[in-house]
Amino acid sequence: MIEPPSMNWTGYRRADGRYGIRNHVIILPVDDISNAAANGVASLIKGTMSLPHAYGRLQFGEDLELTFRTLAGTGRNPNVAAAIVIGIEPKWTGRIVNEIARTGKPVAGFSIERHGDLRAIEMASRKAMEFVQYATELQREPFPVKKLLMSTKCGESDTTTGLSSCPTVGRVFERLAAAGATLIFGETSELTGGEDIIQSRCVNKTVRREFNRMFNDYTRLITSQGVDLLGSQPTEGNIRGGLTTIEEKAMGNIQKIGRCKVQSALNPAIEPAGPGLHFMDSSSAAAEMVTLCGAAGSVVHYFPTGQGNVIGNPIVPVIKLSGNPLTVSTMSEHIDVDLTSMLRMEMTLDQAADAALTALERTINGRLTAAEALRHDEFVLTKLYRSA
Amino acid sequence: MKHGILMHEFDDDVGVAVEDLKKGSKIGAVTLEGRAVGAIRLLHDIPLGHKVAMRDLPKDKPVIKYGRPVGNAVAPIAKGAHVHTHNVKTLRWSV
Repeated sequence: MIEPPSMNWTGYRRADGRYGIRNHVIILPVDDISNAAANGVASLIKGTMSLPHAYGRLQFGEDLELTFRTLAGTGRNPNVAAAIVIGIEPKWTGRIVNEIARTGKPVAGFSIERHGDLRAIEMASRKAMEFVQYATELQREPFPVKKLLMSTKCGESDTTTGLSSCPTVGRVFERLAAAGATLIFGETSELTGGEDIIQSRCVNKTVRREFNRMFNDYTRLITSQGVDLLGSQPTEGNIRGGLTTIEEKAMGNIQKIGRCKVQSALNPAIEPAGPGLHFMDSSSAAAEMVTLCGAAGSVVHYFPTGQGNVIGNPIVPVIKLSGNPLTVSTMSEHIDVDLTSMLRMEMTLDQAADAALTALERTINGRLTAAEALRHDEFVLTKLYRSA
Repeated sequence: MKHGILMHEFDDDVGVAVEDLKKGSKIGAVTLEGRAVGAIRLLHDIPLGHKVAMRDLPKDKPVIKYGRPVGNAVAPIAKGAHVHTHNVKTLRWSV
């Protein structure tokens, strides 16, 4: 059995003491109308990547705060060596820049008003070039398990995820938690039917109360829409894969946390304060959830899939695990860890966990995941309600 | 006998087909820990990943998988039958 402390992991040590496993220079638009300028910089300067998104204008209250937190958290993520922030006006741009600057990494902001796209692109490109040359000289160094912050979320689940890929992640998470790593899971509404299990894992009453509040709020939000939830949960993909009810889906989902305790219940895109497993209140839509995990500082993500969700993320490598033989044979280019032999009872849970840990080690040390190689760069902000 | 049905818990009401299974065939079931649960004669074709009733389930009985109720039988389900959205509904979110 492979124990996490025996792993040889290398990463980029950042000024705040955290370790990244990628070394991106990102061009981050503050709002939808700055996407064009961000893309302009990324197309001019080799080694940079823009993260276009759909929001950032006329949001207010908690929804605005979450957008700020997600954008700033993405820039703060240790997989990001340096960041260029571009917004339509200087004030909100400066707010994101300041949050990222607290990590000590290089960051600069540019605004478009009073310059126009072309001047802003030129100014930002000069700085981006400087950042790329800085980042490309950084070296990897060994880092211990207790410095790892990673996340998990499954997608296009079916009955095979509950039998193979999810319990495999659960077994790995048990080992990582014991070795002092920091771990995130979430998918609030998809715990429905197994929420009592999460409650029983909360380390104390305060955490349990906080989890309950988040779970009940989410359930209320869904029921307040007055729609037939059975139209979307389980999804058509889940049903095709043999999942019949939300509670059956939830039980599969929950296998991902193994026997870990839940140390805290976090609001979306909040960085965990200590080691162990943390629940993050989050959507179950794959791209939204992984984006929130990245904003909370996750540097790598385990994604069990049954029917074959193809999601990736621009800054967080997503490792796909599947035990469904049909998916692994028809969508092999998307699957990093083949667990089909678990269904044939030719691989034990511990052997599967070893395979997942080996894939994690290779990914951490620089091997591109399937989603990275296939350019699955889904960067999707969670919108809490409509804009003003 | 090679198994074709995998179960989370020995006493679960349903098992999962780990390959496409044919109506009329007799298929072995085993738990994740490798404990044999016995063989069952299939009343329907069961596609990979879909569930089989491991015993007769009367209407309105909670259906047990993972050792827990994961839905309610909305029709009587015979041992060996296909178990899915046509005969099991959620116990939650009923609107």
